[in-house]
Order: sequence, then C-alpha cells, then structure tokens
Amino acid sequence: MESINPVLLIASVMLSATPLLLAAIGEMVVERAGVLNLGVEGMMITGAVVGFAVAVSTGSAATGFAAAALAAAALSLTFGVLTQIFLSNQVATGLGLTLVGLGLSALIGKPYEGMKSPVLPRLDLGPLSDLPVVGRMLFTHDAVVYLSLLLVAAVWAFLRYTRAGLVLRAVGENHEAAHALGYKVVRIRLLAIFFGGACAGLGGAYLSLVRVPQWTEGMTAGAGWIALAIVVFASWRPWRVLVGAYLFGGVTVLQLNLQAAGAQVPVALLSASPYLVTIAVLVLISARGAHAAPASLGRPFHATQ
Amino acid sequence: MIVLEKRRQPSRHWMLAAPVLAVLLTMVVGGAMFAALGVAPLEAIRTIFWDPLFDPQFAAYSRPQLLVKAGPLILIAIGLSLGFRAGIWNIGAEGQYIMGAICGAAAGLAVYPSASVLVFPLMVVAGALGGWAWAMIPAFFKTRFGTNEILVSLMLVYVAESILASVSSGLLRNPEGRGFPGSRNLSQWDAAANRELIAGTGLHWGVVAAFIAVILAYILLTRHIQGFNIRLSGEAPRAARFAGVNPARVVIFCLGTAGALAGLAGLFEVAGPAGQISIDFNSGYGFTAIIVAFLGRLHPVGILLAGLLMALTYIGGELAQLMLGLPGASIQLFQGMLLFFLLGVDVLTNYRLRLGRGEKA
Repeated sequence: MESINPVLLIASVMLSATPLLLAAIGEMVVERAGVLNLGVEGMMITGAVVGFAVAVSTGSAATGFAAAALAAAALSLTFGVLTQIFLSNQVATGLGLTLVGLGLSALIGKPYEGMKSPVLPRLDLGPLSDLPVVGRMLFTHDAVVYLSLLLVAAVWAFLRYTRAGLVLRAVGENHEAAHALGYKVVRIRLLAIFFGGACAGLGGAYLSLVRVPQWTEGMTAGAGWIALAIVVFASWRPWRVLVGAYLFGGVTVLQLNLQAAGAQVPVALLSASPYLVTIAVLVLISARGAHAAPASLGRPFHATQ
Repeated sequence: MIVLEKRRQPSRHWMLAAPVLAVLLTMVVGGAMFAALGVAPLEAIRTIFWDPLFDPQFAAYSRPQLLVKAGPLILIAIGLSLGFRAGIWNIGAEGQYIMGAICGAAAGLAVYPSASVLVFPLMVVAGALGGWAWAMIPAFFKTRFGTNEILVSLMLVYVAESILASVSSGLLRNPEGRGFPGSRNLSQWDAAANRELIAGTGLHWGVVAAFIAVILAYILLTRHIQGFNIRLSGEAPRAARFAGVNPARVVIFCLGTAGALAGLAGLFEVAGPAGQISIDFNSGYGFTAIIVAFLGRLHPVGILLAGLLMALTYIGGELAQLMLGLPGASIQLFQGMLLFFLLGVDVLTNYRLRLGRGEKA
C-alpha cells in the first residue's frame, strides 16, 4: 500500500477522468436540449478507433483527435436524423447506435491491433510545471486534459449567460413552447447531438491515444455508460459533471492501484468496483429524490402534434 | 417539400412491412459495405442468407446450428419484449444470462458426479433463479427509489462479467483441468448435459423452452389481464394508473420474467453448446436479443421469426468469414444496421408522408 504515491495518484486520476469528463459534458448538453442519447458508448469507441487509426497513419496525435471528434459526430448525426426527423424511439435508437459503433469500430480497428500510437506532447506551462508537488500533480498534462476543463467552463457559461444557451434549455424543458416562440426545435437538437457526438469522440480518442494507449476491441468497456450515469449524478449541471467524472476517475485509478499493490481484496470485486460504485451512486441520487431532469427529456417532438 | 402527418392509428400494413423493408435496406447497404471490403456483394449476401440452409456442402452442418443459435435469442428476446412493451428498459440481459449460467452450473457441479435424473432439472431451476435474482436488483431499486433501470441493468453486465472471470478460474474451476481456467465439461456429464433431442436438428431443451415461451407470451399478451396491464402501462401510463394497475408490480413481473428467461438461456447454453463455464462462453446473445425483440415487433410470433433470421446472420457470418474472408465484426455491424434501418422505416407505421406543406404545420 505504501507504494501508492499521492502526487502520482492525483495526476493519474486526472488522466483517467478526462475521457469520462469529455463524454459526460457532451451528453449533458444533449440531454439539456431534451434528447436522451444512449449511444455514448458507441460514439466513444468509434472515436477511439478513428482517432487511433488516423494518428497512426498521419503520425500526429492532434490530427487523430480532430478526426475522432468528426467521425463520432458524424455517427451521432445518424441518431439525430432517426430520432429527430424519423421520430424513432430514443432509447432504442441509442442502443442501436451503441451496437453499430461497437461493430464498426471492431471492423475498422482490426489492422491496428498491437500498433503503437504517436505520443501527445505535454503542454508546456513554463514555471507552473516546476512548482513543487502541485506542479507535478496539476501542470504536467497534455493539452486535452486542460481542453476538457475549459470545455466544462465554456458549457457552463454558454448555458448560463448566453441567449443561445437559454434557447437550448427552453427546448429541453418545453419543446412545444419553444416551438410556439418560433425556435427551430429540431435544428437546435441536431446541433446539440452533433456537439455531444464530437465530445464523446474526443473522449474515446483520449482512451486509445493517451490513457491506454493502444487499440483493442471493445476497449471503452462501459466508459460511455458511466458517462451517462455521471450526467444523472450531476443533476444536469456542468460543474457537478466535473466532480462526477473525477470521482469515477478516482475509483478506477484506486482499484487499479490496489490490484497492483496486491491488496487483500478479491480481484473480481476490484475490477467490478467502478460499476458497483456507479450503481450505488445512481441509487443514492434517486433515493434523495433530486431529479432535475429536463422536462422534455426523451420525448419525441413533431410540429403538428 | 415532404412532410410527415401523424396517422390516427398505427398502420398495420407498415407494421408488418417495416421489418421486411429494413432487411432489404440492410442487404443493400451491407452489400455496399462488403464491396468496400473487397468481397463481391451478391456472393456475400448469398453466403450469409442462402448457403447455410441450402448449400449441399455446408447445410448439413449449419442447418442444426440455426436452432442452436435461435433458441437463446428467442428465449431472451421474449422476456425483453414484455418489458419494452411496458416501457421498462432492461438492457442487461447479457448479465442475467451469465448469472443464470453460473448459478445453474454451480448447482449441478455441487452434486458432481451424481447420476440422478434430478440433476438437470435442479440446474434448470437454479439457472432461472440466478437470472431472476440478477434482474431483481434493478427491479428493486426502480420500484423502491425510482432508480433508472437502463443504467443499473447495464452496469450489472460488467459486474457479472467479472464474477464470471473470477469463478471460471476459481470457485468453479475444473479440479482435474491441470490449472487451466474453465469448469468441468457439463455436456460430457450425462446427468447434466443438455443434449440434442432429435439427432441432426439442433433441437435441445433450450429450443423447446423458447417455443414454450413464445406460446405462453402469446397467451399472456392476448388473453391474460397481466398482459393487458403490461401493454396499457407502456401505451398509456396515466390510464394504467387510473385503471388500478400497480406500476411496481409490472416492473417486477417484466424484469423478473426477462431475467428468468435469460438465466434459462444461459444455463441451456452452458450445459449444451458451450459445454462449460469459461471466461468467454457468453457470446453477446443478451445484446443481440434486443435487436431480435424490436425486429419481431415485440410480438411473440414476430420474435420467433426474427430470432431465426438473426441466427441465420450469425451462421452465415461465420460461413462468410471462412469462405470469403469477411471480417467477423462486419456481421456485428450488419446486425446493428438492421436495427437502425428498422427504427428509421418505422416512421411510416405512425406517420404518413405527404407532398407539399402540411396545413396544420
């Protein structure tokens, strides 16, 4: 147990929380617009494979991230078209998106198994990185970690202070009223879905390019579903999404560290712990009765209804 | 401009035509995907949908496989369809399937090497109970606290997978297996084996159970008050409450049935085709069954047909892998696309397409 160094622990929590944070903040925006997209896992794994493949072929991790965001966003648009234009059931379509994403990623990823990806360089933060303890803990990461934190702040400010954010929330709370006021419900939702897809893609690429860093089939292993749970945990608020993602990242790192340290706990229990914690948190949140879910969440919208 | 106009009632014609159209669309787009992978599209489609049944060389092997693969898919999908009709989204059937297999196999192995005729029935009951108990976890939290059953049931799949990994190299490991992971082979132990009942057909107890489940589900949904309650809860939750339907009871019934059926499917698989508990004996039937349930329109007879079709894509996919070098994942994608197209085409069931601007728009 003494082998667990707190400084490295915090640094690796940030590393493992980042993919969850990216996917969860994207999904939160989608849900605030009143759409429940259960396909996060599928979009993440598509981002993971496309990011990895493009980074390997171009030799640039940054290009990989961009491609991952685009690919996952493009995939999310199939969900958007089906649910918003063809008015299909959102739960079923989201599941379908996950199944399609898992199949697609396995197909694309086959030739890339066992390869190594180019390294994403650390962001040079000058003197900050040289600070004792704190510098090593917080300021030695790559750009995507800080991007994910900036994204949370940006989403928070967007929802709270901008007109467009207000419209998005209105669409999510009451789409009939928003429609009556002349807002384009379907278009706004499609944009939100696209944004959510791009974020999930970035999160997936972070897994395959930084966190692991390798491509293996089914490597997201439920991270997309945990991201969905984080949104519920966060009661659809940006800063709480941050807390949730770091909490879950922490659980993952802790169980890996305990496994490595050979703690006297069964391995099965340790490897199941992130999922058990997710269940426990979901139960606690629902038992407290604080839901705060957007009122139109998951309901289809058709202008003539 | 084309606009959608809501139908007063869902079109029965489109409800039946939608799955057929979805299959055709999947074949067209799937064919294009196969062409992109460098395989002649028509040949690939023929290898997947025709050769397993009618090719003189392969049919003898693959025809029985049709029932072997369709059995668990139908069994699980029937259970899921009840919940889906009531708006209860159990997507953790894979976990219930694993736990059923583990509990059933454990009950059998506890009395090894008994030759009693009661061993197999004991395993069947234990398997159903294992799946049921696993499904009761989300059911309990949903009815007690209103916890989202989608996420809880799915998270439990991962928990079940780590339990599976643990028992197959620990508690249930074959003591005579020279330390290799995996339990004793149940299909080679006469009292516990789920054998082929009619040689050359692939018919085993799991398939029989699937047929029985289809019939019982049909009776339940068309003739029994509980089936009516389930449909009412899904289509008009408020009306259901006014009619005195207890929502908690519907949740417990739907999740419990789905869990028990998935558990049964797992036990029959592990005592028959798979043979033993091993870390990867489960092959994703719990997830594919979701597609089967939708493709079958959540109707027992439809699920029977959809299960057979989906089993065909599994077998045909293996054949295409062997003969044409088609990657295994392309079949997974093919199955996912099928669900996507079905959901898309389904708009025609509830809406009518009209040219020009809708007056009410």
